[in-house]
Amino acid sequence: MEKILEAKNINKFFHDPVRIKVLEDLSFSINKGEFVSLTGKSGCGKSTLLYVLSTMDTDYDGTLLIDGIEMPKKDEGFLAKIRNEKIGFVFQFHYLLNEFNVLENVMLPGLKLAKYSRAEVEHRAMEKLKILGIDHLALKKSNHISGGEKQRVAIARALINDPHIIMGDEPTGNLDKKNSDLVFDIFNQLADEFKQTLLIVTHDPSFAERTHRIIKMEDGKIIF
Amino acid sequence: MRKRLLINIAKSLLLARWRQTLIAAIGVTFSITMFITLLSFMSGLNDLLDGLILNRTPHVRIYNDIKPNANQPINKSTQFTKTHNFISSIKSDANRQAIYNSEAIIKSILNDPRVLGLSQKLTAQVFFNDGSIDITGSIFGINPTAETELYHFDEYITTGNSADLTKVNNSIILGKGLADKLLVQIGDAVQITTSKGDLFQLKVVGTFQSGIKDFDNVQSYASINTVQKILSVPNDYITSIQVKLKDITQAPTVAKQYEQLYQTDAEDIQTANSQFETGSSIRTLISYSVGITLLIVAGFGIYNILNMMIFEKMDSIAILKATGFSGKDVKSIFIYIAISIGIFGGLMGLLFGFGLSALIDQIPFNTASLPTIKTYPINYNPRFYLIGIVFSFITTYFAGWFPARKASKIDPVVIIRGK
Repeated sequence: MEKILEAKNINKFFHDPVRIKVLEDLSFSINKGEFVSLTGKSGCGKSTLLYVLSTMDTDYDGTLLIDGIEMPKKDEGFLAKIRNEKIGFVFQFHYLLNEFNVLENVMLPGLKLAKYSRAEVEHRAMEKLKILGIDHLALKKSNHISGGEKQRVAIARALINDPHIIMGDEPTGNLDKKNSDLVFDIFNQLADEFKQTLLIVTHDPSFAERTHRIIKMEDGKIIF
Repeated sequence: MRKRLLINIAKSLLLARWRQTLIAAIGVTFSITMFITLLSFMSGLNDLLDGLILNRTPHVRIYNDIKPNANQPINKSTQFTKTHNFISSIKSDANRQAIYNSEAIIKSILNDPRVLGLSQKLTAQVFFNDGSIDITGSIFGINPTAETELYHFDEYITTGNSADLTKVNNSIILGKGLADKLLVQIGDAVQITTSKGDLFQLKVVGTFQSGIKDFDNVQSYASINTVQKILSVPNDYITSIQVKLKDITQAPTVAKQYEQLYQTDAEDIQTANSQFETGSSIRTLISYSVGITLLIVAGFGIYNILNMMIFEKMDSIAILKATGFSGKDVKSIFIYIAISIGIFGGLMGLLFGFGLSALIDQIPFNTASLPTIKTYPINYNPRFYLIGIVFSFITTYFAGWFPARKASKIDPVVIIRGK
């Protein structure tokens, strides 16, 4: 099995107000095509771990390999490129840019990557929106759509550059039952049909149970 | 490609909240407007005050002073070269006041590349006869064309025309105070008595107002030929040559050279008006300190507005970084935003500054000392506009650069977690 993401001996401290160890010597790996959920109680460090794995937090000890490449902690430009090309991210609070419409929000990471021309990026963005069933919203302002729709737009944005892995930080945490099911079904569909690797942080047990693999954390350690 | 994408993002961020953008730009506009207006107005007033002296005073005046001869006979005697000689009761020379060989001197001065132009002058002391009263006064013999060209003579003529001095034979332009005393108007004749006792009839062709009342009470102007006739002297007789230079700062050097070269006395404007020099430099100092203060205050205003604007967009920065935009990209985006606000606001500032100055230029301003000035003076120096636009560009650049750099350096998670 090809390893998409590998963490070796990850340690992390919070320094403010006192020095607390939040992640303790974590080592694990995620294979290509796996749909993994990361669960645990509030404050156990699961979000912190996810931010470390997503390269957005560089203040940790240990080694992180994405796609077999070791992530440097200092080279901010290189990490940005990795995030752009290999990681798709879905936040709890959707985090769309209100200044742009739905289609532009989805297109932005693609335009940044500049692998395809503008027209192609636009075409690909429309395809992603179609997969998620929200292509009719393409030209709406991103603050004029509902919460569930926003989250689906965020997923479309995460997909635009065909990333190696999609990471989600409680993507359903802010949604009602109907919309969370919808989002789960989308993740499931991505895993089954497109063999997309997914790593989703959740504290919703019913969500976690339906994934391929559960990583459970407690007090900064992985318990299984 | 990258640049275009970043500029597009900057544009969208700006236009999406155009009200906020407009307010930031208005902040810049207001500062630059005030800077332009105040500096134009102040330097206009300054130029006006400088002009009061500078326009009327020759840069170098060549004349023969009344003074004792420096070469007294005893100093020439070989017998007394080693002693210190005291001479009492020396009298000033009976030297004539006319400049020797004036035509040749004029020709040679006009060939000097540092010289802008010159005018000749001679003075006659006369009595103006008004019935049984004699009023002492003086008549300056001038060339009205040269005088107008170099010393703005026309600006002080309140009635009549300076050119008539040469057109009409035996004509005179009287000081306003003098004309009032003599109760004469244009077209009337005045009678004068010269110091030698000769009587003359002169025709009034105008009156002038110099701004100094004492001056206007005793002085009058006539053409050089007329005054030469009054004094019954030949027509190369002149008592002073007034030189205007291209660069006023060279006046002391030029004066010294001419003194040597033409064996006469020469006085430069800096020596003749040393109190003016001090006043002028102090006024310049005041304008500069006000200008710099304005710029500093404006700079802080601009910095604050942009700082707030960028910190308000922290969310967007986090999203951009999370989706793969690097710190450098983020910095560029915000610098584009800052600079476009700076340039737009700055240009508007120039426009409004010009408008406001033009408005001040229309406000009536009447002063007895400057009869031709009707409104407040404004100096439309393009340098102020250049400083204004360059300044707004530079301050907005730095006002964008500092917070943008800070934003570009932090991990996106810090912003996201901070929520």
